[in-house]
Amino acid sequence: MVRFLLNDTPVSLSTAEANQTILQFLRETRELTGTKEGCAAGDCGACTVVLAELSSCQQRLHYAPINSCIALLSSLHLKQLICVEHLSEHQQLHPVQQALVEHHGSQCGFCTPGFVMSMFALYHNTDAVKRHDVEYALSGNLCRCTGYRPIIDAALSVCNNVVADNFKAQQATTISALLALRSSADAPQKQLTKNNSTQTANKDNPAINGAGLLMPTSREALQHCMKNYPDAPLVAGSTDVSLTITQQFRHYPTLISLTQIAELKTIVHTQTLVKIGAACTLDDLHQLCCKYYPTLTELIERFASLPVRKQATLGGNLVNASPIGDLPPLMLALKARFIIDNGAEQRTVAARNFYTGYRETALPKGFWLSCIELPLLQLDQHLAAYKVSKRFEDDISAVCAVFIVTADKQHNITALSTGFGGMAATPAVALDFEQHMAGHNLLDTQSLKHAKQWLADTFSPINDVRASALYRQQLVANLWHRFVLQYQNQTLEKTPDKIHNKQIATRVRYHA
Amino acid sequence: MRKLSKGMTAFTSSNTETQSPLNKAVPHESAVRQVAGSARYTDDIPVPSNTAYAAVGVSNESAGQIKRIDLDAVRQAPGVIDVITVADIPGKTDIAPVFEGDPILADQNILFHGQPVFAVLADTVTHARQAASKGQIHIAATTPQLHIDEALAQQALVRPSHTMQTGNAEAVISTCAHQLEGTLSIGGQEHMYLEGQVALAIPEEEDRMLIYASSQHPSEVQKLVAEVLNVGLHKVCVDTRRMGGGFGGKETQTAQWACLAAVLASRNKRAVKFRLARSHDMQLTGKRHPFKNSFNIGFDPNGQLQASVIEVTGNCGCSPDLSDAIVDRAMFHADNAYYAGQSTVTGHRVRTNTVSNTAFRGFGGPQGMLAAEAIMDGIARKLQLDPLQVRKQNLYSEATGTQTHYGMTVTGNRLPDIIAQLEKNAQYWKRREQLRAFNAQSPIIKKGLALTPVKFGISFTAKFLNQAGALVHIYTDGSIQVNHGGTEMGQGLHTKIAQIAAHEFGVEITQIEVTATRTDKVPNTSPTAASSGTDLNGKAVSNACREIKQRLADFYTQSLQLPGAKVRFANTQVCVGQHVIGFCELVQQAYLARVSLSATGFYKTPKIYYDRDKANGRPFFYFAYGAAVSEVSIDILTGEYSVNQVDIVHDVGTSLNPAIDTGQIEGAFIQGMGWLTTEDLRWDDKGRLISMNMATYKIPAIGDTPPIFNTQLYQTPNNEDSIYHSKAVGEPPFMLAISVWCALKDAISSISDYRLDPQLDPPATPEKVLWAVMAMQTQTQAVADVREPAL
Repeated sequence: MVRFLLNDTPVSLSTAEANQTILQFLRETRELTGTKEGCAAGDCGACTVVLAELSSCQQRLHYAPINSCIALLSSLHLKQLICVEHLSEHQQLHPVQQALVEHHGSQCGFCTPGFVMSMFALYHNTDAVKRHDVEYALSGNLCRCTGYRPIIDAALSVCNNVVADNFKAQQATTISALLALRSSADAPQKQLTKNNSTQTANKDNPAINGAGLLMPTSREALQHCMKNYPDAPLVAGSTDVSLTITQQFRHYPTLISLTQIAELKTIVHTQTLVKIGAACTLDDLHQLCCKYYPTLTELIERFASLPVRKQATLGGNLVNASPIGDLPPLMLALKARFIIDNGAEQRTVAARNFYTGYRETALPKGFWLSCIELPLLQLDQHLAAYKVSKRFEDDISAVCAVFIVTADKQHNITALSTGFGGMAATPAVALDFEQHMAGHNLLDTQSLKHAKQWLADTFSPINDVRASALYRQQLVANLWHRFVLQYQNQTLEKTPDKIHNKQIATRVRYHA
Repeated sequence: MRKLSKGMTAFTSSNTETQSPLNKAVPHESAVRQVAGSARYTDDIPVPSNTAYAAVGVSNESAGQIKRIDLDAVRQAPGVIDVITVADIPGKTDIAPVFEGDPILADQNILFHGQPVFAVLADTVTHARQAASKGQIHIAATTPQLHIDEALAQQALVRPSHTMQTGNAEAVISTCAHQLEGTLSIGGQEHMYLEGQVALAIPEEEDRMLIYASSQHPSEVQKLVAEVLNVGLHKVCVDTRRMGGGFGGKETQTAQWACLAAVLASRNKRAVKFRLARSHDMQLTGKRHPFKNSFNIGFDPNGQLQASVIEVTGNCGCSPDLSDAIVDRAMFHADNAYYAGQSTVTGHRVRTNTVSNTAFRGFGGPQGMLAAEAIMDGIARKLQLDPLQVRKQNLYSEATGTQTHYGMTVTGNRLPDIIAQLEKNAQYWKRREQLRAFNAQSPIIKKGLALTPVKFGISFTAKFLNQAGALVHIYTDGSIQVNHGGTEMGQGLHTKIAQIAAHEFGVEITQIEVTATRTDKVPNTSPTAASSGTDLNGKAVSNACREIKQRLADFYTQSLQLPGAKVRFANTQVCVGQHVIGFCELVQQAYLARVSLSATGFYKTPKIYYDRDKANGRPFFYFAYGAAVSEVSIDILTGEYSVNQVDIVHDVGTSLNPAIDTGQIEGAFIQGMGWLTTEDLRWDDKGRLISMNMATYKIPAIGDTPPIFNTQLYQTPNNEDSIYHSKAVGEPPFMLAISVWCALKDAISSISDYRLDPQLDPPATPEKVLWAVMAMQTQTQAVADVREPAL
């Protein structure tokens, strides 16, 4: 059973049908047709809805926009689902709706409900909204009619003049309703564990038995599910598995959802590293990067769109093993360590040993990715992550390049670590290059020329819809060039020598 | 005060004397319903309980002969109700709009990859799509023709080539001080309406059929559904309340799905909905035509164009569809705004094994215009003049010439004034200096600037389409229903129509309801296309309103015994001298006195004629003008770029609705920018479209909107008697985006110190920009101080 609030109404849904998306639920079973299907692939945002979730302190609600077309019912569990029909009350439009009307922000109107919902989430989550915040919040919503200018104006106007809306007024009621859902969902499970051993509890727990969408809440229960349904895919944010359902028309009798296992969502910091649960969302990762790896912020902010990042998980992106995924190159460059688990034992696999072939990993059958250990940067380490794509926002990389350079005071490279996406059948490391560059000076012109040639010759990428092989080769070389220029800019900033203190602009724009 | 994005949003109205909504920034008639999620699109209409769902099985070859179709697995798939091939179509099987060549389902010959071969009906959408993927289509494949050049060399044409000519250009070119030749490959464009193709067919009594379709051309859907069902047109009714975007992609491309739904509905006696999955929508429906243009010109030492030979070749895909007229429009606009001297413009329409290309905002005009703008850039670089100077001096004028290559005289050219305004507003010359200074000290990031004009001909070039009908009812409570032949796809047509009707009757706009476009209300309509929606239907509606007004006026003056007195409709009142009566009261009295309160209206565009055999005439009622300045930054290491600022001045005549017109201009600009930059259609070697979803085909996102985006309406009444002297605005501003392409070229040209004109075939993806940059570096052997030499 999935228990959630459909606006203010508690709903319990059977999960016997594992493949149903939230969009299908809304349009086909509830006749809530305000939410639109534009692409059924999480690329256009017409289907955006908002999930309100209790904050960790249980005092507040956090509003997350998600793409309902690629979200399975498990995403709803213990949350409040809000869609466009719920915003206006008694013919009174919500302020974000009113603002769109006043700024002439809709033309054909088909993308509009999605924009309304993304704006609604922004309205509730941010104070002092700037243009960048609007672009950040609405980057997953495509509009083909307006050119966006009136939508940006509407969002800036309404989100900087926030008045308490109906949802604020109802907050206390909603929180208690969500808490009530939570205790009713916990009750049968607690009952089971109290009376029986864990094993019998698992056996009798309806959430993890019988075909359909299984929602284990512990590693033991997950192990139980995987043993009983060895062929059932694991699914977390479902942003990728859903595509096989909506685009390839696959039908899964059973799916095992990782969304309810708390320990897969924990984040732990130590002096030297940060441990991130594999089911943490990319949005969680974004918060973390802002703190520990500020130069990664742009890469994360340009990863798909906000609604996708609210759903998709770090583990999902890593295990998916796409050669063009943006996070595996980062893991390779950071020399991250992956903790894998089968319920009985945990093992550690170095990120650099994880990718074994095209969409193949070293994850053994029966294991799942549990958490990721990222080493924190040292003061002399310079980290840069670059992504080049046709469209700046919400696009897949032609090339993703990550460099971590350790340099001494004379600007000699003492250590170099790399990670690349889009350059090979797997996320890749330029191992020879890493070794070869040690000792090279970052201010030396010949060295740069040499390095570019070396890098361009390192890979044999392919031509595809995103880029030609030649472009990719040229890019890795030129992105190293960009890195060196940025390093020099940084260094020059610190030198008192005014004559050489000439900063070179290296970007046309970036998210920061 | 809060700071909004920088742009013009204040609207003023010239209409202040009455409460008329005309010329005011009235919100879109559906805006409130759209934001509330209650605006109903075709897929949202509650369906009858017996509704079933359709899908198609498609060819996975681009060319060949069907040998055998094995559909057993399809029939046995869960939920399947019916499976049909072309043999099961009761009537005509060709659903082409003008010239034959578009089979409803493949009939032996495979024309393109993704061509529908059979259709399935099942109990759910998912079942239908799952079943459709199970068909075994055995095809004896042949080598597909996928290239525009090869197709032209082999004279593989869907329609004959055509030439427009004045004087003897070839002879003059050789006598000119300077000659220039060039070619340009231009990419196509996916419409990417957010609402995909969809139709719902509901069988009614006997052989009658009701169709709800997301269509720009309900009358054509009606005709084709009648033909495939083999019934009269009077048995079919098509209803279109609104589309979730059209852009030309729902002019001819909706018919196939509506026809298949109708055939399945008729066979199975149940309602059938057919909605294409996005990937099918992208593979199975036509797009903007890719073009290959070439030019050979002669000009004088001042940069004055003296003779031009221009050849435009449209890749029409596998059938004619609307391509004859589209390539014609490309030819009509190959001069853009410039007097091309003695000129010969030839247009070819080549056939390839790709989906048949179709109408898309601008209808060939944008592709044609790129030739003219490439020529201007070419002249400027060769003579080392600023491109704006070259553009200005070549505009149509008494000094240069006023006659186009198709014999139409350009009168009242507004471009000199528009450009003068824009130069000033956008501070073109000051920024040009700043840009040069910036580029001189910035080795990696280069900025570019360009001002380009647009002159776009308004009218369907097929003369018969320039007609429209309307049907207006006043009910006894004084409320008014307006129907007309145009369709609402977001462009605000129904809003403008409501403004027109409210203005005519002098009532509040809330008293007007513009209802769904229906073929049983206004028959034999033209498509809502060619920017003509308001021009044609607005006039038809005002004619209908005036018919009823005349009856009401006659009734009122007679009852006052003041026959022939002047009657005024304003502020929900009707006045004759000192006599005043409420509008609703007059309506009631008129009804009781048996005055008809319903009328039809009709309109046909005057003055236009065109003799295609002689390629001479006045195909356009008037021209719409505009100009834009765009500034870009490019990164010469990656080819990435951003558009920093855009300034627009655009001619809308007397704007009926400044907010809606501004929305059309801004939206068209961004859509045009997408076409020229990131929207990159890709096919593999077999002819399969590989950019077939939104993950691989990138339309502009919110961050692509320039941070400074100023749009100003150039409001001067249309010299022609258009509806309240407004001007059409749907397509013309699309081509303002050519300024972005020229600005990118300008930035690249800076590497050569503006001595060379880069080859930059659109779409100018970052990859293409990088190659153009590197070509320029090679040509100029420029060794910039980037603290190292280039790779």
